[in-house]
Amino acid sequence: MFKFLSTYLYLRPKLVLGLLLGPPMIYMAVVYLGSLASLLVNSFYKLDSFTGLIDRQFTLETYAQLFQRSNLDILIRTTTMAAAVTITDALIAFPLAYTIAKVAGKRAKSFLYLAVMLPLWSSYLIRVYAWKLILSKEGIISWLFNLVGLNPLLDWILSLPNIGGSSLALSPIGVFIVFCYIWLPYMILPIQAALERVSGTLEEASSDLGAKTTQTFFNITLPLSMPGVIAGSIFTFSLTLGDFIVPLSLGNSKYFIGQAVYSHQGTSGNVPLAAAFTMGPVLIMVIYLLIARRMGAFDAL
Amino acid sequence: MHSNNKVLAILKAASAGTLLFLHIPLAIILLYAFTTDETTYTFPLPGITTQWFAVALARQDLWAALALSVKVALVATAIAMVLGTMAAAAVYRSNFFGRESVSFLLVLPIALPGIVTGIALRSAIGGLDIPFSFWTIVIGHATFCVVTVYNNVLARFRRTSNSLVEASMDLGANSFETFRHVVLPNIGTALLAGGMLAFALSFDEVIVTTFTAGQQTTLPVWIFSQLTRPRDRPVTNVVAMIVILITALPIFLAQKWTSDSSDANENGK
Amino acid sequence: MANGITAVSFEKVSRSFGEIKAVDQVDLEIRDGEFFSLLGPSGSGKTTSLRLIAGFDRQTSGSIHLYGQDVSDLPPYERDVNTVFQDYALFPHMNIADNIGYGLMIKKVPRHERDNKVEEMLNLIQLQGVGSRKPSQLSGGQRQRVALARALINNPKVLLLDEPLGALDLKLRQQMQVELKSLQKRVGITFIFVTHDQEEALTMSDRIAVFNKGKIEQVGSPAEIYEHPSTSFVAGFVGVSNLIKGQVSLRLAGTDATYSIRPEKIHLTNPLQAGQGVVIANGSVRDVVYLGLYTRYLVELEDGGDLVVVEQNLHTTSMDVLALKGKKVSLSWKKEHMRLIGD
Repeated sequence: MFKFLSTYLYLRPKLVLGLLLGPPMIYMAVVYLGSLASLLVNSFYKLDSFTGLIDRQFTLETYAQLFQRSNLDILIRTTTMAAAVTITDALIAFPLAYTIAKVAGKRAKSFLYLAVMLPLWSSYLIRVYAWKLILSKEGIISWLFNLVGLNPLLDWILSLPNIGGSSLALSPIGVFIVFCYIWLPYMILPIQAALERVSGTLEEASSDLGAKTTQTFFNITLPLSMPGVIAGSIFTFSLTLGDFIVPLSLGNSKYFIGQAVYSHQGTSGNVPLAAAFTMGPVLIMVIYLLIARRMGAFDAL
Repeated sequence: MHSNNKVLAILKAASAGTLLFLHIPLAIILLYAFTTDETTYTFPLPGITTQWFAVALARQDLWAALALSVKVALVATAIAMVLGTMAAAAVYRSNFFGRESVSFLLVLPIALPGIVTGIALRSAIGGLDIPFSFWTIVIGHATFCVVTVYNNVLARFRRTSNSLVEASMDLGANSFETFRHVVLPNIGTALLAGGMLAFALSFDEVIVTTFTAGQQTTLPVWIFSQLTRPRDRPVTNVVAMIVILITALPIFLAQKWTSDSSDANENGK
Repeated sequence: MANGITAVSFEKVSRSFGEIKAVDQVDLEIRDGEFFSLLGPSGSGKTTSLRLIAGFDRQTSGSIHLYGQDVSDLPPYERDVNTVFQDYALFPHMNIADNIGYGLMIKKVPRHERDNKVEEMLNLIQLQGVGSRKPSQLSGGQRQRVALARALINNPKVLLLDEPLGALDLKLRQQMQVELKSLQKRVGITFIFVTHDQEEALTMSDRIAVFNKGKIEQVGSPAEIYEHPSTSFVAGFVGVSNLIKGQVSLRLAGTDATYSIRPEKIHLTNPLQAGQGVVIANGSVRDVVYLGLYTRYLVELEDGGDLVVVEQNLHTTSMDVLALKGKKVSLSWKKEHMRLIGD
């Protein structure tokens, strides 16, 4: 019976391909692409503010709402945050990634690799929660500042407009720190992978030709590791754009895109506006991915 | 040489700093589970106690949330393992037109911000008037779990010699026997590792879940509610510690299984 | 040995991959019990032909018969042939005994019977006591024997070998050539051997098919292939061969056809007596390579064209032969050693 079926299929490789590919592709097409399509359609509807129901008529009114001052601020605020987090993470990630790829021995390397993987895969929510403990008014950071007598500095930072707040746990600075922390492994790993691919002989050749260590680094290693940096930035940028957990847990009342989407679809049931809002990150990410592909970052993903 | 040593020292110091930055928050979670402080997050801890473990273990709502999360993760992982392996096998065995698009479609749910997946599913669920249920959560989770299995299994396929399958059929085994005796044992650990990661991904997921769960509470949804409106600080501290410890295990195992077998394969060459 | 029964036959078999014709309208008959080699450069269609016999690949058109049975549409597990793979394809998750016993396990042969047969095979390949080891713990040569045992335990009618010696170093390779040949004589089944190494094919085979660009150029015994190459490709691929054509052959042989002549058939230091059936050609030595046992000369003919000449150093020293460089010489050979080339 099985043998018969096996032979039947063996003689029809295209059928086998179809049978293997069919279920996952149908699943992804129906569930995922279908949902994305429905999202797109929804963004062209609008919420009837009088009845509170969704008016299923094609309109651009919802998109027009995005350009209201308050909504535009949300888009700009989120994109700025994503950019700041991405640049900061790239700077923090590079030394460690370089150490793993180029300096560490075999044993140290696998230890360090695991040390990066562990926070990456441990619970995202718990890691956010950890920072709530650390950044709170009575938490470790305040204690540390107190210990060294620098709390006036902390108070001064918190009093700054736009980035300050009543405590680190309720300020844009706090949100920024936590974003940097949460997405850091996503930056370390692609950079490390890219650096692994930079052949040691290239660097030796460079120093052989008389370049100092720093010259070799800036002329050879850094440019060749750029695809990794860009691959990492796809993650940090995209993840920051779409997150609402961190700003809801640690931020102030100024919204990010994620929060806006979350609250529009939740409390007010304004799915069209929420849908239109997400088209922002989608558009930004598509452009970002296209640029990244042109720069050859996809090989490093 | 002198300047080289200096550069190296700075590099090592910076790396150590980054490692500390990555791990201190995890250590702090372990610490706070034992605090006596009920209303704030005071540091240094005013006192040490283990009483909150008992309190947390007695919470029925937590057990229910945990059970829901485990069930969702198990079913989503099972779906992902089947679909991911099928897609990997298809992409590996034939060089058909559009295999790039297959990878792209599978990666999309984790490449796009989680909120996009979430609100997209939400709008589809709303548009079709589907009531929120266990299955709306599972179906959402499976979309982004497939890719972890797919990547792991495809990587293993690519490292496995194609002639193994031919050798098995040559020795008289039909396709199904070959799958059972040769393919499955060879991709087994990769499949398991992919499954582990898919489980971890689903078990921890909150962004998509908030859009597909309706009134149901998974463990991450419960923790999220404590993040925005802390009511049960000591219990949350305990839960946080337990979650950290539980999720560390599959990561260690997945890491071990994928690296062990790659060693074995290299020796086999 | 060969008894007139046809083991494998190809009738107008083609296999194309898109535009590329890997095997192009091939007709072929392989006799029962012979050691048959498919020889050719990479991409010539020899491996594809082997895979078509095994059933790993399917012909685009034409038909393949195994002992009279049409197997064109049968999957590998329905064909009574077994294969030794180039990379051996030992199952890495099974030990050696389970690898060898795999075919019997699939056929549901009882455990103890299987164990006995596996033990027999381990004796045959002289690897007693490695049954519980994993493939990764064996050397290349050992793995190759295991691959052989794993195939032979199923008593196939035909054994297919896909460049099985390619991964071994020269010494082991020469040793295995002898072993394979004697093994084939002992078990008495048809061996079909794919190789790109002409020396290997000449050493081991009863007959050889020379492949080029998806077609068979010539089928014959090693002696026939070597001494009577039917095309210039065969002449050039099997051994070193000089081609004489155009003006030169008009002068030397009286026709403008193409001839081949083997380098060792040409006399240089010890010329033949001029006379009936002897060809004489004058030229100058452009290059001399002293190789110990023999010396290779490159001679530029007065009529144009080069000839490679190989002579054993029976009476000459390196000093003697190196001194010939640049000198005018008179080459001679027997006319019967010139072979008319078909194309």
